[in-house]
Amino acid sequence: MINVVFFAALREQLDCDSLTLESHELSTVADIIKQLSARSEQWQQTLNNASLLSAVNHDMVDKSHPVKAGDEVAFFPPVTGG
Amino acid sequence: MLTTQEQLKYSRQIMMKKIGESGQLALRNAKVLILGVGGLGNPASLYLAAAGVGTLYIADGDTIEPSNLPRQILFSENNVEENKAECAAEKLSEQYPDTIIEAIDDMLDEELCDYYLPMVDVVLDCSDNIQTRYMINQACIQHKTPLIVGAATGFDGQQLTIDPRDEHSACYQCLFPASEKAPANNCQTIGIIGPILAMIAGMQALQTIKLLTNNKVQVNQLNMLDGLSNQWQQFSMKKQANCPVCGSR
Ligand SMILES: [Zn+2]
Repeated sequence: MINVVFFAALREQLDCDSLTLESHELSTVADIIKQLSARSEQWQQTLNNASLLSAVNHDMVDKSHPVKAGDEVAFFPPVTGG
Repeated sequence: MLTTQEQLKYSRQIMMKKIGESGQLALRNAKVLILGVGGLGNPASLYLAAAGVGTLYIADGDTIEPSNLPRQILFSENNVEENKAECAAEKLSEQYPDTIIEAIDDMLDEELCDYYLPMVDVVLDCSDNIQTRYMINQACIQHKTPLIVGAATGFDGQQLTIDPRDEHSACYQCLFPASEKAPANNCQTIGIIGPILAMIAGMQALQTIKLLTNNKVQVNQLNMLDGLSNQWQQFSMKKQANCPVCGSR
């Protein structure tokens, strides 16, 4: 299983804090985005925003980074206000 | 040397081994630029002046609006329509006469950065938009000036320290590569609550004090606050070799 967590505005946009996915058929962060995007228009839009950031096991990575069973994959947006 | 009066006043800081008298002297001799005196710049400037930072340059081109007052705690009703930097400088000078406060009543641009950055030891990015954040990042890389970034919207905050004097330090552009679609999320579109700003500004002030007193400051670490679940998360990041701003050219 892969544990997927969302932070900041994503939690409200997706109405979801975290979820788990079966790890087979998922080899990269991009695969996770692709699978979750199929859920609805809202997920598709939110997760395909060009500024979306991702981390695997608390390391910031790009979307081509590999994932495996037991990983925690986090998604969050840049916060820019102040 | 610190005066006897200063030794008394700052005694609770001086008694901390990691600060000591040398640290307090370093704070007194320090020059710090705060870019933006809104929700983050208000508490950050208060804490740095209170701690005994010798010179603060505070820059903001905006005027005070009634909707700023619930979080921009230096300002009051009768300051509405005044320039933020000038108003903050006046209040801080009155409360902390040991600190020299210079107001810059303009949002910094590259030209102003070229003038001010060589004079300061560290910059706090307390701005409220990504264009300004990219601009100050680039200027700090160019002038090799440490940059303490803070940001907050809603119940969320992020804090990042960039030290261009350290060849391994990632920059703001490494973290958020510029994309055509800049995020539209800001305090006008999704709101903000004051204590989140206080927590992030507190982190910025703490990193600044650590840096000025020669303590270790964590670079390549994105600190993220989720104020709803009371969780801080740390994400580690790397300098991007192909970064157009800090990468090897
Ligand atoms: Zn960079």
